Amino acid sequence: MATLNVLILVCLGYVVLLFGVAFAADRLAAAGKGAWLRSSLIYTLSLSIYCTAWTFYGAVGNAARSGLEFVTIYLGPTLVMISWWWGLRKLVRVGRSHRVTSIADLISSRYGKSNTLAICVTILAVLGGTPYIALQLQSITLSFSIFADADPSGLYREGSSVFWVAAGLAVFAILFGTRNLDANERHHGVVTAIALESVVKLFALLAVGAFVVWGVAGGVGPMMDRIDASEIGHWNVDTGRWTTFIFLSAAAFVCLPRMFQVMVVENTDEGHLRTAAWAFPLYLLLISLFVVPIAVVGLDIMPEGSNPDLFVLTVPLSQGNDWLAMLSFIGGFSSATSMVIVTAMALSTMVSNHVVMPIWLSTQGGSGSVSGDVRHIVLLARRISIAVIMALGFFYYRLSGGGAALASIGLIAFAGIAQILPALVGGLFWRGATRTGALAGLTVGFLLWIYTLLLPGMGGVLMPESVLHSGPFGLSWLRPQALFGIEGMDPMVHTVMWSLSLNTIAFCVASLLSFPSPLERLQAAQFVNVFDHSVAPRGWTGSVAQSEDLMIMTQRILGAGPAHEFFQAEAEKQGGRASLPEPTPAFLERLERELSGSVGAATAHAMIGQIVGGSSVSVEDLLAVADESAQLLEYSGQLEAKSAELTRTARQLREANTKLTQISEQKDSFLSQVSHELRTPMTSIRAFSEIMRDTDELSPEEQTRYAAIIHDEALRLTRLLDDLLDLSVLESGRVSLNVGDDTLRSVLDRAVSSTLAGTSKTLTVRRTKAAERIPLQTDLDRLGQVFINLISNALKYCDADEPELTISAHDVGGHVVIDFVDNGSGIPPGSRSVVFEKFARVGGDKAGGAGLGLAICREIMQRLGGEIMYLPGQGGAAFRVRLPLAYQQAAQ
Amino acid sequence: MSRKVLLIEDEPNIAEAIRFLLTREGWQVETHAEGADALQVIRVASPDLLILDVMLPGKSGMEILRDLRELEDMQGLPVLMLTARGQTRDREMAENAGVSRFMTKPFSNSEMLTAVRDLHAQATQS
Repeated sequence: MATLNVLILVCLGYVVLLFGVAFAADRLAAAGKGAWLRSSLIYTLSLSIYCTAWTFYGAVGNAARSGLEFVTIYLGPTLVMISWWWGLRKLVRVGRSHRVTSIADLISSRYGKSNTLAICVTILAVLGGTPYIALQLQSITLSFSIFADADPSGLYREGSSVFWVAAGLAVFAILFGTRNLDANERHHGVVTAIALESVVKLFALLAVGAFVVWGVAGGVGPMMDRIDASEIGHWNVDTGRWTTFIFLSAAAFVCLPRMFQVMVVENTDEGHLRTAAWAFPLYLLLISLFVVPIAVVGLDIMPEGSNPDLFVLTVPLSQGNDWLAMLSFIGGFSSATSMVIVTAMALSTMVSNHVVMPIWLSTQGGSGSVSGDVRHIVLLARRISIAVIMALGFFYYRLSGGGAALASIGLIAFAGIAQILPALVGGLFWRGATRTGALAGLTVGFLLWIYTLLLPGMGGVLMPESVLHSGPFGLSWLRPQALFGIEGMDPMVHTVMWSLSLNTIAFCVASLLSFPSPLERLQAAQFVNVFDHSVAPRGWTGSVAQSEDLMIMTQRILGAGPAHEFFQAEAEKQGGRASLPEPTPAFLERLERELSGSVGAATAHAMIGQIVGGSSVSVEDLLAVADESAQLLEYSGQLEAKSAELTRTARQLREANTKLTQISEQKDSFLSQVSHELRTPMTSIRAFSEIMRDTDELSPEEQTRYAAIIHDEALRLTRLLDDLLDLSVLESGRVSLNVGDDTLRSVLDRAVSSTLAGTSKTLTVRRTKAAERIPLQTDLDRLGQVFINLISNALKYCDADEPELTISAHDVGGHVVIDFVDNGSGIPPGSRSVVFEKFARVGGDKAGGAGLGLAICREIMQRLGGEIMYLPGQGGAAFRVRLPLAYQQAAQ
Repeated sequence: MSRKVLLIEDEPNIAEAIRFLLTREGWQVETHAEGADALQVIRVASPDLLILDVMLPGKSGMEILRDLRELEDMQGLPVLMLTARGQTRDREMAENAGVSRFMTKPFSNSEMLTAVRDLHAQATQS
């Protein structure tokens, strides 16, 4: 019998062989050689990591215990492969076109890139995967112990061997699963290694089977007799259990992280599924071919009480065939290692991508621009994740004591992982499925699985016996294994029925009730109609690209000069003498970058896509273009607003400037007017005073007359200065008003009498004194000044033969209106608008006024809160004065 | 020999003062106070000297001078212009229009008489 040392040496040798194969495959793949590495044969063989140690050892044990029920575990995947390969094709297409890295990534991506969902699936996968890894450790340990029992040296210790096995597997997974970071997460080396292991385990099982049939039973005939004689041969189908198990294994085949890894992530060609659709069921058939014979013979020849899970090892050993036993051991070892390695890789990808990296990124200050190299951090996260997952498996094994039968641990894991199925299938085929629905379904199914299967299965450690038997808080309808009072069911069937049906119901109901986000809707459309949207490869394949078209397009975007320069430089870089570069992928990528600087990344991608034709424009591309356009629109909107604001400011400045120029001109004109008005009387005064001084022979009449002229002109000067001062005070607004109470009638009385007194001219003033009994509260002197001005204007300018001035007053709702209308020829229409301006002279003004009177009136009325205006159409000159009955401070 | 001066000035007191001064000098003085018909009045009066105010009702002295210089037979008429505004711009405008002498109000009587004498002397010499 082989000693333990030999066994360890063989194991190490086998592992070194695997390393060699994986390493060589990686080298070949990196060198672009070895197309067979990506063949459908390798793909199909890699799928057979479905057959773990559980299949290798457990199938026989299961057959020995429960008869033909073990077949269900093979029937599920077979049914999926044969009847649902189109569904798998959709899964693969979705996975590849969205560059999905794991099943958690797929679910999260489908439901609007929700990281919450990714974390849920990751937790579920880790919890479901941990017992499964423990199962592999257990099988390796058990097979070791078979050899150890026979080893005379007695060196074997179970605990330490499990530890070393776990550590060794972790190292292998780390070495080959995290060698580098590939965008597509493909690992040619590992896939090739597990394909080799698939061959080894199949060969080992077939060899043992052949030995049993022809070496022990003595041929096919006697073997059939033995089977007929044993109980296993009897079809004893429990429909509930069979249906449940077939369904579970089918679900697990699709949902298991390691299956997803090899089937979707590592897939290099969709066409491989066609081969796998018949080749993988064939593999399953071959590997299950000798299960029943081995079980029957094992039950026959092995002593009572021997573990049927290990018949594959113990039967050859008992027949003294050490080398066959060794081969069998290697087969089992292969099954376990390949499963553990791929599972660890898949789980570590999920854990690092969805748990560790988000946390790490958020601790980096959340500055979404981690531009530095994060590869080493991702790799480190994966390596640590693998170690932690292996440690979890190890501790689960130590906790559970390794006592449970292999098959039942596997089924518990299956039932857990199957909870992903509704969200996965719903996501692929139902556009109405939402993130909320997926979360609800997963949560419900996951909790039920824990409550009804995982916790009861772990014995009394985590769930008290009382809960198991009479429900929590004595609520019997909540008993974990008899929910809602439905008793007598097989625990597994019970769990699968309740958890998956409630999971599906929660998923559907929550999906129908919730409203998907735009991103979710977009992803839903892309997933469900994945075959309508062609796969958009990221790298450009420019085989059909027309450099000239690209050149024309680039010219339009960058302008002729820069476009020409860019293309020239690229052509030189390619070393060709042609003026246009070949549309190599590298060139196209640089062009895309160049263009995206001008039109945005999405637009650039879509435009090149149109010309190169390698990919049509997807909905996502269009949406990205729309987003960019919206941003551009918003930006240009801001620019427009800014430009409008500038225009407004410029107009205001222009207006202010015009106004200032006007004011400046007005000032010049005013000074010039004032100068003129001052110089004119001074000219007369100077001339006559010089005449009187220099002329001796003036007559007394002449002397008197010239002195009178000097006097009049001096008065005129004084009046002018008075008016100027008055106007300046009024215009500056610093005038202080002296508000008093009186009637309009008495104000008018005073104005009329003071104007008409001391003048030789005649003017008949007509008034309706009864209507003038209006009480006023205002500055009476200022108002009188206005009246005097108007009356004296009529006196001076009314050109009628018998000048008349009609003054009429009436009260109009809080205001008094006084009209002054004379019977002269009035003011010509062209001059009416200027009569209130300073120095306005209408016609030949010879009456000695400086033209400031009406300007002063206008200022006064404004101060008093009223107004004065010219009243056209009254025959003669007509002015209207409008005044509030009571002076209001605010009116100023 | 009779010397005739035409004075176009709308301020009656100023016109009276100038008339007094020039009459004593031996001038025959005619006055007019309107701008609008000034050109006709000048033609009719046919003076030896024209004294012209700038600010006139109807038509400004500047315009009258400009139109006057357009006429063939009025090229040599000496024109003394009076203004109360006294801005350099007005003086330039007057010189461009062909003024003979430009005076700002108020002026001294001797200043006025000197100007009139000079202008007349120049006119008779040429």
